[in-house]
Amino acid sequence: MSLIKGAFVGALGAAGAALAGRALAARSREQRAGGDTRWHVLTVYKPLDELRAGPLPEPLSQLGDAVDVELRAAPGSRGTEIAVRLRDGEPTGLSAVAARVTGQDPRHAVRRALRESRSLIETGEVLHPDARPSNRRTILNRPLGYATSHGREEGLL
Amino acid sequence: MRALTWEGVNEVAVREVPDPRIENRQDMIVRVRRSTTCGSDLHLLGGYIPFMQAGDVLGHEFLGEVVEVGPDVRNHNVGDRVVVSSFISCGKCWFCANDLYSCCDNGNTNPAITETLWGQAPGGCYGYSHAMGGFKGSHAQYIRVPFADVGAFRIPDGVSDERALFASDSAPTGWMGADLGGVKPGDVVAVWGAGAVGQMAARASVLLGAERVIVIDRFDYRLAMTERHIGAETINYTRTSVEGELRERTGGRGPDVCIEAVGMEAHSTGPQYLYDQVKQQLRLQQDRPSAVRDAIHACRKAGTVFVLGVFAGMVDKFPLGAVMNKGLTVRSAQMHGQRYIPMLLDRMERGELVTEHIATHVLPLDEAPTGYQLFKDKQDDCVRSVFIP
Repeated sequence: MSLIKGAFVGALGAAGAALAGRALAARSREQRAGGDTRWHVLTVYKPLDELRAGPLPEPLSQLGDAVDVELRAAPGSRGTEIAVRLRDGEPTGLSAVAARVTGQDPRHAVRRALRESRSLIETGEVLHPDARPSNRRTILNRPLGYATSHGREEGLL
Repeated sequence: MRALTWEGVNEVAVREVPDPRIENRQDMIVRVRRSTTCGSDLHLLGGYIPFMQAGDVLGHEFLGEVVEVGPDVRNHNVGDRVVVSSFISCGKCWFCANDLYSCCDNGNTNPAITETLWGQAPGGCYGYSHAMGGFKGSHAQYIRVPFADVGAFRIPDGVSDERALFASDSAPTGWMGADLGGVKPGDVVAVWGAGAVGQMAARASVLLGAERVIVIDRFDYRLAMTERHIGAETINYTRTSVEGELRERTGGRGPDVCIEAVGMEAHSTGPQYLYDQVKQQLRLQQDRPSAVRDAIHACRKAGTVFVLGVFAGMVDKFPLGAVMNKGLTVRSAQMHGQRYIPMLLDRMERGELVTEHIATHVLPLDEAPTGYQLFKDKQDDCVRSVFIP
């Protein structure tokens, strides 16, 4: 059993390393490409005209002057692309790592706002996780705990 | 409430956990009447999908009775007997609108994990790790059903619990493999795996008009069950060369459609199995794809291979040369249950699709750890353990 547990820890480590590696590689590519002006874009399944007819969903409007927001029609009747860019740029390199570790990464708010806005536009609400979970935090699952606590704030968006 | 929880690698327990409650307006709460093990759960038990936390409730294939509905639920009432798709989908995004429910944009509360791993995040799934949303599973007395109008379906009076249970996941998964694999009248179809999903894929192929359906496994009791209840031919791969046998039975062409219903812990014969085991245990590859390799190699030129088995990460020695040079179509998906469940319930009511035989072991929830042991080790001719909370 200890071998299996060791393998599981190894799997966690491998998964964590893979995630971290992918994230760092993405950051590196962003830096080379001038990532401080990157737009964060997702598509919602609603026509541009209908979206423009009303105010922005609250999660996006709450970002206020910190961001530029653009709406454009998606090709093939796929809805509307919502693009958001931080006006003051984004942290890169070590500052990006520090921002994430300290919970000060401004991209977190952008990603969460985009994902929650899509849910609100398409379904009328944002799906919540169980408020009374059955699981327990342990030393081994702390990295997973971090990932779930930022479940809508991290990723490639 | 009582529930079966994941406690660590190859450790489960039945214990008290908080009752679920309505968290969203489109939620409902279902009292679970039956919930079944699934081969894909074994990947969670074995630690192959490292996104579980101690205490997570397992189970994703179930049916039950509605006991509470959220204010925006329109299609269900307290007391309804419902079967629920294992995938959680909103029904409103582009993917759901195009019947690709498992790719839903709004059904996973932790999209960052799978988006980072795979490039895009699929929808959520009950009891299937925090990568798929962290929702409590169905091996419990009660379960929260988000987007209830989309994912839950009232069971016709003429369909028993025993039969309808498998409309939650196994039957739609199998049907999807045959449907999206493009099975049509006159085809020869080969299915790797004679578990519940493989049997359902074979039955779907028969009902879609395939002329011959051949199911491959290593357990005689599962193959005998498949011949008896599904009406398919079988091959035991431990006794003969599958590729030689398929070549012989298909006039040298190879099967038109090959459906893989095994997943990341595939067994096989010969040195490749040892190679895959060593690399997987050392985490030098995450998944063992031997059935996928075999399917690709056996498939006829310009045929289709559909990957139904669950894979999580990287595989090794993927025969891309065969895919390219034979002009194969390789397709896959988590199951788009909402697309098929109403049709499957109709077929169940008409007696075209029977599933009761799959539930070889029916146990009270408190005996679920035993049920998983039987299921995992294929003891006592187990195909599926079903729990009654």
